[in-house]
Amino acid sequence: MVPKSGKNLNIPSPRHRPGEEPEFDNLDIPNAGTVSRPDIMTDPKQMFDYANTVIRVLDMKNNALGEWDPKLSPDDMRKGLYDMLTTRIYDDRMQNMQRVGKMSFYMKSTGEEAVSVAQAMALDKKDMLFPSYRQQGLLISRGRDLLDMMNHCLSNSKDNCKGRQLPIMYTWRDGNLFSISGNLGTQFCQAVGWAVASAYKGEDAIAATWVGEGTTATSDFHHGMTFAAVYNAPVLLNVVNNQWAISSFQGFAGGEKATFASRAMGYGMPGLRVDGNDFLAVYAVTKWAADRARNGGGPTLIEHFTYRASAHSTSDDPSKYRPEDEYEVWPLGDPIERLKNYLIEIGEWSEERHKAAMEEINAMVIKKYKEAESFGTLNSGSRPEISSMFDDVFKEQPDNLRRQRQQLGV
Amino acid sequence: MAKMNMVQAINSAQDVMLERDDSVVIFGEDVGYFGGVFNCTEGLQKKYGEQRVFDTPIAEGGIIALAIGMGVNEMRPVAEIQFSDYIYPAFDQIVSEASRLRYRSGGEYWAPITIRTPCGGGIRGGQTHSQSPEGIFTHVSGVKSIMPSNPYDAKGLLISAIEDDDPTLFFEPKRLYNGPFFGDPKQASQGWDKHEKGEVPEGYYTVPIGKANTVRMGHDLTIITYGTMVHVSLAAAELSDYDVEVIDLRTLIPLDIDHIAESVCRTGRCIVVHEATKTGGFGAEILSQIQEECFWKLEAPIGRVAGWDIPYPHAFEWEYFPGQGRVLDAIKKVMEG
Ligand SMILES: Cc1ncc(C[n+]2csc(CCOP(=O)(O)OP(=O)(O)O)c2C)c(N)n1
Repeated sequence: MVPKSGKNLNIPSPRHRPGEEPEFDNLDIPNAGTVSRPDIMTDPKQMFDYANTVIRVLDMKNNALGEWDPKLSPDDMRKGLYDMLTTRIYDDRMQNMQRVGKMSFYMKSTGEEAVSVAQAMALDKKDMLFPSYRQQGLLISRGRDLLDMMNHCLSNSKDNCKGRQLPIMYTWRDGNLFSISGNLGTQFCQAVGWAVASAYKGEDAIAATWVGEGTTATSDFHHGMTFAAVYNAPVLLNVVNNQWAISSFQGFAGGEKATFASRAMGYGMPGLRVDGNDFLAVYAVTKWAADRARNGGGPTLIEHFTYRASAHSTSDDPSKYRPEDEYEVWPLGDPIERLKNYLIEIGEWSEERHKAAMEEINAMVIKKYKEAESFGTLNSGSRPEISSMFDDVFKEQPDNLRRQRQQLGV
Repeated sequence: MAKMNMVQAINSAQDVMLERDDSVVIFGEDVGYFGGVFNCTEGLQKKYGEQRVFDTPIAEGGIIALAIGMGVNEMRPVAEIQFSDYIYPAFDQIVSEASRLRYRSGGEYWAPITIRTPCGGGIRGGQTHSQSPEGIFTHVSGVKSIMPSNPYDAKGLLISAIEDDDPTLFFEPKRLYNGPFFGDPKQASQGWDKHEKGEVPEGYYTVPIGKANTVRMGHDLTIITYGTMVHVSLAAAELSDYDVEVIDLRTLIPLDIDHIAESVCRTGRCIVVHEATKTGGFGAEILSQIQEECFWKLEAPIGRVAGWDIPYPHAFEWEYFPGQGRVLDAIKKVMEG
């Protein structure tokens, strides 16, 4: 029974492990501006190449190049930069507060801010979002009050999830953002269902959903792809390829065999692979796919090629499975730095303004956090009413729950 | 003998079986190089190589289907589902396939697979890291369900499960990984090193599947429980004015009803205690079997302590979790009416 050669199975292995010097020389990344931009109604059969390249606008010398340049106004780009900065500062603050015991858990999106912020900007506010747990920039870009986000993470008396969910599993109906599930992949095909209903009702709103590359292995991913293709649903299906799924590198989701964007081909939909750290490119491909969907062109799969700069969550220690400085050599840089440097290059921003913006955001986040704490934290101060834990299981509380609530004495 | 916590005991069981049996392989999400999110497979890939201990794609249905296929082809896979809260994508593979394969093929095919999965609450994990879904599986014919409450039993039962020719679900109460838990989060946590069941043989031994264990003798009342609630019940028994017997089931399916009935017929009173939600929980099955076996010896209605019938609520963990107080209330009610 011993494997005969001792090496019969292909067990994928990442390029580097702790203690090794990281480099990404193997990555085939084209120069910015070199990929053409097809018409939004192009037949998916003509689009194979877009799934196997990397669509880029910003080069590493602070130029915006090529047909995909969305030509955003400086104000829009400054909003994008400001929201990405807010997302990062918010993440840092919340993680620190988790460390000192104010909440049970936290997950940062560091390095991936362009994905959520640029995409939120490229979509309409009426479009419905079905995110995973790593797109807090969607809420921030859509203008959710950080205080509300913090109240949720602290499970305090103002938490709109009423203390029932782990931190970061936001829900925000007013912002057209769906209740986030902790079960991977489950929302992928639900977004398709929402989009199908929108088409059925003859409405203009589309849906967008996000999974990590690890989650493309789930059956739910394939349900979403099949159903979206079959019904030509107006939906954007996003795969955030941040290289790591906890300790498993993207090879365990099949990323070494084919790109994630190229999965789209087998279902007959366009797949676009984009530099996920390039704010302008992410904006441009999202706009392309949204215009296509709104125009009756159906779904698009977008792979955001990026890197998870932080730990998976506060329960994780990445130094156990990858070199600690891997992110520093990631060839596509940092999304905030790249947009910032571009804005400076074109004379629309400066180091001083950047510093001032950071200080302003920092002060705002600290102030909001103080206010949030005044409504309680997981372990101190006020909480949602205990009796409320028996609510919302059903619309009306059935007798068994009423009796159990009485037994608890609340 | 060595001092082991439950993580080390589970690791050791897998180590022993990888060593003894070339057909044993271990896989699951993050179990390879990383050694699992709870370290239950730490060091095993290094020791036995990537061919025998490896990571999988994130697809629980795929993991169990892979295990079944390998099991059919003469291997003995041990698959980890990272949290039992994520076992549902594998539901069909467990319910319709693994547990019926022997039956539907007239005994021609079977898959001797072991599914390890951390379960239970008490770790502030919210609704996706705290569930106790054992009752969903005990309802299924053809799959055994095991839930140990200490390192010694965990290792011996896991070895039995791996050697068993039927599919087994091995639930690991994660709140017990590092030490017994008595239901009171304010109480300083204890390790297994001071507990007699933290003494674990380093080599091969088994604890039989399907055998309950009386962990405290008493005359007045029997508590029937398993997993984390064994320790909560023992703590409540100590505080109680009554002389309470406590049975740790260890295996849910097949249920050791003879052991339970012997005790309940002797004490005449009993309580069933589990962390899982009450309605349709495994407690209901135990209760009705006791009624069948002990009705004429019962002196009071059977008590039941369980989680409320709601999803696991993050901020109300300690109002949800059935702690010592709820067990004591039930003892009082069954004893005093
Ligand atoms: C169905 C299911 N299986 C397992 C898990 C445990 N888990 C949580 S996050 C994660 C990794 C996800 O990786 P990826 O999809 O790449 O997203 P990322 O975290 O990188 O954003 C795993 C395995 C889960 N939440 N749900």
